[in-house]
Amino acid sequence: MSAALQLDDVAVRFGGVQAVAGVSITVETGDFVGLIGPNGAGKTTLIRIIAGQLRPDRGRIQLSGVDVMGDGTAARVRRGLALTHQIVRPFREMSVLDNVVLGAGYRRTSSPFRAMFHIDRRRENERAGHILAQVGLAGVERKLAGSLPLGQMKRLELARALAVDPKVMLLDEPLAGLNHTEASKHVEAISDVHKRGVTIILVEHNLEEVMRICRRLVVLNNGQVIGDGEPKEVIADPVVHEAYVGSGMATHAQA
Amino acid sequence: MSAYEISIVSVVGINVILAVSLNMISGFCGQISLGHGAFFGAGAYAAALAMVGVGSVALAICVAIVAASLLGIVVGFASLRVRTDFLAVTTIGVNFLFIGFVRKQAWLGGEMGISNVPATGLGGAGNMIMILLFACATIGLSFYISRSWMGFAFRAVGEDEGAAATLGINSGAYKLAAFGIGTALAGLAGALYTFFTQFITADAFDFIFSVMLMAMVVIGGIGSTWGVVVAAVGLTLLPEAIRFVNDYRLLVFGGLLVLVIRIAPGGLAAMTRGALLHVRRT
Repeated sequence: MSAALQLDDVAVRFGGVQAVAGVSITVETGDFVGLIGPNGAGKTTLIRIIAGQLRPDRGRIQLSGVDVMGDGTAARVRRGLALTHQIVRPFREMSVLDNVVLGAGYRRTSSPFRAMFHIDRRRENERAGHILAQVGLAGVERKLAGSLPLGQMKRLELARALAVDPKVMLLDEPLAGLNHTEASKHVEAISDVHKRGVTIILVEHNLEEVMRICRRLVVLNNGQVIGDGEPKEVIADPVVHEAYVGSGMATHAQA
Repeated sequence: MSAYEISIVSVVGINVILAVSLNMISGFCGQISLGHGAFFGAGAYAAALAMVGVGSVALAICVAIVAASLLGIVVGFASLRVRTDFLAVTTIGVNFLFIGFVRKQAWLGGEMGISNVPATGLGGAGNMIMILLFACATIGLSFYISRSWMGFAFRAVGEDEGAAATLGINSGAYKLAAFGIGTALAGLAGALYTFFTQFITADAFDFIFSVMLMAMVVIGGIGSTWGVVVAAVGLTLLPEAIRFVNDYRLLVFGGLLVLVIRIAPGGLAAMTRGALLHVRRT
């Protein structure tokens, strides 16, 4: 069986900076991968490349064995990739429910022509309601998405990602800006998504939570993979340790 | 009905089609176009040539729709490259280019335009009824689109293209569709205008006219079909009813536009919704 996501020698340069320098990662179906690294290591750039928001200078990306280099973000999403943004981007003028319904109707909106001949939303409304309940947003369906507090917006972002029936989910710093309680709740929600069979790649600065939930850790530094494997072993690796010296994060995680 | 009343109702119908079609592009899909007059003009000229050449009303309408939507799709491609304010400026450029081009083409009558376009044979009242039927159909289509998944996706693309893409929505395809449909309807309005006047010159499709159409959309409430229809009817009739407005048309429309943007950015539609909510609460 082909890997859920495979990157081969992916690289991109911004002017004089080699942001991602030949990264090869294979993510098997059902994996829960934490992608970590110091600031400027190239994590977000790599996520943007996988999501189709940034074209790499070289390399190849496959989703479930299919080369997606020619696909934009929307096409990759329809192939089973979902992503959440570091800074939440709900459709603020739409209701919370409609934000998720739009995702649940991704088959209907695959082309404008098809979308024009469909009106019925009952099935998608129902499904969106279930997903919102699943992430703990029952009761706020009718509110405008823009009126939600940050913690709920993050969960809405997760609900929207779930609505597109993803096989692989990319989460870019989902815990950023959340307090300890909200972060713990959010981690539980992400964990639930993984238990339902979704492969997860998580970029996160909160190393404590990453160590708690990820099964595998990939460490980036200066655009290269410097560690890959079982979280505790990876974090104990002197090379990884060296990359974090000064930040205190590794010490904190080991404690 | 007097000939004057027939002509006023005909112009109202044409302006309703134009404002509602512009609302599909700018209101539903969030692509600000300040060159709608160019597509209106493309349709009018295509219909005039078809009428002079063949004399078939149905063919003239088809040719007008095709000509305007082809130009619309070309501009739609520009919308894939440039966004928001830059797109608005690009569409202004398209309008000026259109006028500049038409004025220099002998086969389009140059500065003199195309006169003696054959009549449709329906008479003034018949033309008016045809215009009103097409206006009603356009309003119906607008309501249908806003309720369909296409309208739903348009709103997402208009609000945040990047976020729409994460839900599997190909923003580019939707923007092209919005431009294609909106400009096709502007072409239809162009054909109806040609049937109505039987004489066209480039001046009728200039940038000022495009701004007037955008004023109708904004004052009506960008994105609201009803609001835009009411504004299109009101702003077409106002200069006829009040002489001062006719003399200072640009001043009045410009002033109204500024007032609406400053006081009620949602236009008439939002004001009505707000008033209804207030009544229900009290």
